Amino acid sequence: MSDTLNSPLQPVLSVENITTEFRINGAWHPAVRDLSFSVKPNETLAIVGESGCGKSITALSVMRLISKTQGRISSGSIRLQGRDLLACSEREMEAIRGDAMSMIFQEPMTSLNPVMTIGDQIAESLRYHRGLSRRQANARALELLELVKIPSAPSRFKDYPHQFSGGMRQRVMIAMALACDPQLLLADEPTTALDVTIQVQILALLAELKERTGMAMVFITHNLGVVASIADRVAVMYGGRIIEEAPVEQLFDRPTHPYTEALLRSMPRVDRDRSELHPIPGQVPPITVRTPGCRYADRCPLRIERCIREVPPLAPVGGNPHHTARCWVRADLPVQESIAS
Amino acid sequence: MTTLLDVKNVSKTFVVGKGFMGSRKAKLQALHDISFSVGEGESFGIVGESGCGKSTAGRSILRLVEPDAGQVFYQGEDLLTANRKRMRALRREIQIIFQDPYASLNPRLTIGRTLAEPMLLHGVATRRDVEEKIQSVLAEVGLPPQAMQKYPHEFSGGQRQRIGIARALALDPRLIIADEPVSALDVSIQAQVLQLMEKLQRTRRLSFVFISHDLGVVRHFCRQVAVMYLGRIVEKGSVNDVFEEPLHPYTQALRAASPVPDPRAKITVAKIEGDAASAMSPPSGCHFHPRCPKAMDICRREYPAWREVGHRGVACHLYPAKAGDAHAA
Amino acid sequence: MSAIAAETRLSRLGRLMWRRKAASVGAIVTLLVIVSAILAPWLAPYDPNEQNILLNLAPPSDEYLLGNDTYGRDILSRILWGGRVSLFVGVSSIAIAMIVGGLLGIIAGYVGGRTDRVIMAVMDVLLSFPSLVMGLLVVAVLGPTLTNLIIAIAFTAIAPFARIARAPTMAVKQRDFVEAGRALGFSDLRIMLVHILPNIMDEILVLASLWLATAIRTEASLSFIGLGVRPPTATWGGMIRDGFENMLDAPWLVLFPSLAILIIMVALNLLGDGLRDATDPKLRHE
Repeated sequence: MSDTLNSPLQPVLSVENITTEFRINGAWHPAVRDLSFSVKPNETLAIVGESGCGKSITALSVMRLISKTQGRISSGSIRLQGRDLLACSEREMEAIRGDAMSMIFQEPMTSLNPVMTIGDQIAESLRYHRGLSRRQANARALELLELVKIPSAPSRFKDYPHQFSGGMRQRVMIAMALACDPQLLLADEPTTALDVTIQVQILALLAELKERTGMAMVFITHNLGVVASIADRVAVMYGGRIIEEAPVEQLFDRPTHPYTEALLRSMPRVDRDRSELHPIPGQVPPITVRTPGCRYADRCPLRIERCIREVPPLAPVGGNPHHTARCWVRADLPVQESIAS
Repeated sequence: MTTLLDVKNVSKTFVVGKGFMGSRKAKLQALHDISFSVGEGESFGIVGESGCGKSTAGRSILRLVEPDAGQVFYQGEDLLTANRKRMRALRREIQIIFQDPYASLNPRLTIGRTLAEPMLLHGVATRRDVEEKIQSVLAEVGLPPQAMQKYPHEFSGGQRQRIGIARALALDPRLIIADEPVSALDVSIQAQVLQLMEKLQRTRRLSFVFISHDLGVVRHFCRQVAVMYLGRIVEKGSVNDVFEEPLHPYTQALRAASPVPDPRAKITVAKIEGDAASAMSPPSGCHFHPRCPKAMDICRREYPAWREVGHRGVACHLYPAKAGDAHAA
Repeated sequence: MSAIAAETRLSRLGRLMWRRKAASVGAIVTLLVIVSAILAPWLAPYDPNEQNILLNLAPPSDEYLLGNDTYGRDILSRILWGGRVSLFVGVSSIAIAMIVGGLLGIIAGYVGGRTDRVIMAVMDVLLSFPSLVMGLLVVAVLGPTLTNLIIAIAFTAIAPFARIARAPTMAVKQRDFVEAGRALGFSDLRIMLVHILPNIMDEILVLASLWLATAIRTEASLSFIGLGVRPPTATWGGMIRDGFENMLDAPWLVLFPSLAILIIMVALNLLGDGLRDATDPKLRHE
């Protein structure tokens, strides 16, 4: 894992300082604030946070799937292998989505067309993006179904989505997403709707496919347990910002931001005997509420005066440049301002 | 500890499909010979994956679903044979909390009205003191008095679940069926609600039947647990035993698949392959055998009898069955 | 407390509807027609039944704004009074249909099973008759009195109300709060009336405004073919029938009552469409 961290590979995706806003009652409110991250080939970045933290909006921003009537990406840049996605036309984006990058969602049933066989749905993308003939596309679609380990794939090629279980549907979604060998896969809570014994299978499949294809993966989830089992690197989001980022082991060994720490302490664990739970008091501030400082300040036991006034920068923790946190109290105080990490 | 609830050999089969003009009706055995008991002030957990029948088990106790067979003794009285009037009286004692706190509240009623209705109907409060009683129960679940005048949509998910709990408490019950009460909530809010339920359990000496798919939550909240698979209880025992050293291969798989926030415990290899079969056409013999890594010949032929292993029980051919102890405990 | 609940909901419905121009025009016109019908005794310049042979088929004039009919009766006064009858028949028949059909629909949706199948089968049979034929049949059997007319028209509208009430009842029944109510020991009747009905009222109200237009049309049609309220009581349909034979010589006899029917039907349909849009779940999220 440390190989991927220190490798000189160029990032597949690099997001810099993006702000995504939504119009609510006539005013624009940021759901994602000044967010930066990058993912390298064969790396899984998990973005974790609770509902409303902006994690799904982040994925939709990268895909440029933010509804134009209600939302906008107001600043920053998103580069996919060096190409600036924010400068792309809608038409160019259509060619990129499902090809160079693709996305899988939480609910596979609603993401599949109920009146089209799954074979046709996978083949469609290949014919559209790659211009394959029907026969070539069908042959490749079948390979993909086998790749995602759908039992007796040839006989299921002509089945409809409702004939599949939830786990199998998610496999079909993954096959569709991987049809054009994307360099980047965005997975938005892909296992949340599944039972745990099926979840493990899907997580194992995704890990294996990532290893095999060398694609980069952004895995969005609310579940810290899932993060621990799939991620190479983790970004924790709160109130639209990344508040802590670290390689997975360092994050769980040394959770530094008070929110990350609290989140871990509030999770009941199956491997611990009746551990004391420490709920986080209060609630996430709604995105319509503006705060000049840290969004977590009002729930934070370590809050100092500065937290309320000023947003802390993502600063290294204990001198480790790979582990950063946005906290005036816990992270290293920046001697010379260097916000770009 | 005295037994408050004793569920004995409860079964329930649903008939699915319209069956119009003699067309074939499909049968779904949601519960098969379910037995467990809950002591006073105890939390009993039921875990399992979707479609295993855990929700139906909870609802059978309240007769929101009418079981086909078996008995449900509440303080020695069989709920399943109680008449309408008696059942209505007993409903004061047993309440339910639902998973989706929004769907479980009538969107057209204020919180005050939602709480007042059962109190007035059962004579727990009079028109004069109902407001006072509502305020006290709201305070107990940690909601401000102003909540009375508001509608469900004005609250967050966690607060709505508090309202759901307040409604369950309105009639001073002794037993609460909690059906996935924290599954729809964010982790930090989930902990708040669990803590509230623990407090109530202490202060009111409540008993819980706690239904969840989340082993972590069950381990935290419950002392005893039953694991269900396709309508049957496959293992039962103390939470520590069952989750530390699961006996049934299904429990083992479930435990191994449950995510743990520890990257060193990384689960990269799926322990069991395949999907759960449908309860409409469960496999022959042990329902788990098609997915079981330890399946033997007998597993395909014969459903394993219930057997006691130490302080717990399991339905699996891997463990020796005591002669003459064939009935399900 | 429930009054407050209903009020806030209705006022929100009104606010959402008000945003649409067409719907608010419909609402205003409907209101005007209703007010003018109620105030007919004071608004009408003449006695609607006062005959004056000298004014036989007189065209509109300064004195008689909309002209006079075969018997020299003032058409404006008769339209105002006729509106009373038409609206009374329409509103009361729809009210009956709404209550009977709505309850049948809620029972069918809530109880389900055989009860549901039987009720809905009967409703399907009722639906298969065109409403005019059905009304004709009932009035022909019972005899043409005002009460029977109301019953006949109500009868034609029961099935649509049962249908519109049943579907959302089945959806609401699935919601946990209904189950919670059962767990709290509420009776089925209480759950249906206190917990389900208010949640499906929007749908029923929309249908009521649309069916009110149909009811008025059916009343006019029945009057036109002579099965409506007995002469000399003024009704819009009856006035059209009376004017029909002189349509070429004195078109105002037919024109003005027809316009009255047209106006109220358009207004009610605009209102109904507006209500339907306003109750669209997509708009409910503020």
